[in-house]
Amino acid sequence: MRVNFVLSEVATGLRRNLTMTVAMILTTAISLGLMGTGLLIASMINEMKGIYYDKVQVSIFLADEVTDEQRAAIEAELESSPEVRSFLYESKDEAYERFQQQFSQQPELVENTPADALPESFRVELVNPERYAVIAAEFPNGENGVDKVADEGDFLDRLFGLLNGARNATIAVAVVQALAALLLISNTIQLAAFNRRNETNIMRLVGASRWYTQLPFILEAALAGLVGGLLAVGGLVLTKVLFVDETLAGPIKAGIITGIDWGQIAWTGGIITAAGVALAGVAAYVTLRLYVRL
Amino acid sequence: MTQRENESHMMRGERTGSGPGQVPWPLVIELQHVTKLYPASGRPALDDVSTEIDKGEFVFLIGSSGSGKSTFLRLLLKEDTPTSGTISVNGKVLNTMSKWQVPKLRRTMGCVFQDFRLLRDRTVAQNVAFALEVINKPQRTIKRVVPEVLEMVGLEGKAHRLPGELSGGEQQRVAIARAFVNRPLVLLADEPTGNLDPETSEGIMLLLERINRTGTTVIMATHDYHIVDSMRRRVIELNGEPSPATSRVACTGSAARPAAADPRAVPQLNSTTGNQCASISSSPRWPPGCVAT
Repeated sequence: MRVNFVLSEVATGLRRNLTMTVAMILTTAISLGLMGTGLLIASMINEMKGIYYDKVQVSIFLADEVTDEQRAAIEAELESSPEVRSFLYESKDEAYERFQQQFSQQPELVENTPADALPESFRVELVNPERYAVIAAEFPNGENGVDKVADEGDFLDRLFGLLNGARNATIAVAVVQALAALLLISNTIQLAAFNRRNETNIMRLVGASRWYTQLPFILEAALAGLVGGLLAVGGLVLTKVLFVDETLAGPIKAGIITGIDWGQIAWTGGIITAAGVALAGVAAYVTLRLYVRL
Repeated sequence: MTQRENESHMMRGERTGSGPGQVPWPLVIELQHVTKLYPASGRPALDDVSTEIDKGEFVFLIGSSGSGKSTFLRLLLKEDTPTSGTISVNGKVLNTMSKWQVPKLRRTMGCVFQDFRLLRDRTVAQNVAFALEVINKPQRTIKRVVPEVLEMVGLEGKAHRLPGELSGGEQQRVAIARAFVNRPLVLLADEPTGNLDPETSEGIMLLLERINRTGTTVIMATHDYHIVDSMRRRVIELNGEPSPATSRVACTGSAARPAAADPRAVPQLNSTTGNQCASISSSPRWPPGCVAT
């Protein structure tokens, strides 16, 4: 294979269709960028699930007017329950302290919350987090000094439902965009093949192999896919530096959400770039087979 | 309608009589009862055509527009497949040839067209070199062979011109150089003089004859009867008129080869087309020795 020849064909092809090439690269970049974002959200969700569900607790909030006897009775019951792995008592002061720490980024919220607004509670870690109902039945709401039994898992389910929704929406848009990118690639290749029909007709007549005739077009598309992929990786890097590391710095520091490290960016970037190159190349090949007689 | 190239059809019996696979002279091209029907058209572009072309022959393919000359050439290149019948080129049956073998077939054939089909943004030398580059010939071979072939077609000194700066005749010489540079077994020329004036055409014909003398089989489709008359070569007429009487006739110019050596040159009368052939052979445009059979 004469590399120089093929590469100069590719360069000519891309130059002749400059506007289409740019459109093809941009659509591909947007699609791949969204795809990468979706993948990063997904990996974030996984990490957060690990962190949160490990610590998943049932909180037994005590009523304001709870007596010392009632508190002691609850403690004794928790100690003897086979469902409970461990538990922790949190006084009103401790609750307020934790609240201050958690919302240190929102001082107004902390200022407007009186120190005794937060109830005292038992934080219970279950042997099996799904057996929440058993604990809830043991401590009926509003009786024996118990105000409310809350399953944090329930909250987490809703939180992750939201994150999963965000991930799915991103990937859905990415897929639609990818479809647009594929159609654009197909059109660009058809146009390129039309522009170079003299060359390819002669190539066919003098017995150039199919591969030789088609390769410049496939490489053209793959190159556009590569550039699109690299642009998308650039977008991910910017997102990390300008949005995740800046705007989300607080919640990440507080351990509410996990950050994105460079390893994840590199991994995701590799995947989307490879996907861009492969999809563009395959789209070009299929186009040549279906619509262009080469 | 029955279309048939009579002389080779008649000869087939004699030849196959000596046993299958025994070929008394080297055949380059063989068509057996080839019919090509395009879906959009009710009338076949080629109807039951049988013919044989030997290695080193110079053959004219004549017939009015729409008589299937181009289809004939396309079938030989396997640009199209026949609706029925078999075609073999250089001993290989095209019908059963797989797609990936087609490039190999085409490397043994050169093509020249009426409209030259040169790449206008490449110089003469680059146009010729292109044909070798795309089939992976080494650069040093290209550097050696391209000037040689340009000299042969009479374009030495014009290697670095662009096609647009050349006359029509010169452009056709570039196209011939490109078709011949890989030393094909067969050169197919589809109306190569169609866009050229008579003097220029004559030069092109001399060049094609010269190429033919190197042993390359030349098949030239044309409707320039002056050229056919003056060259005295074998003629295959494709007659696509939709009338059963005017079918396909082939004539052999006696100049094409010694009659004694070639039994196909012996006049044979075919009852189905006898009348028509008689009228054709009396027509002044046919070279002497052309016998309708």
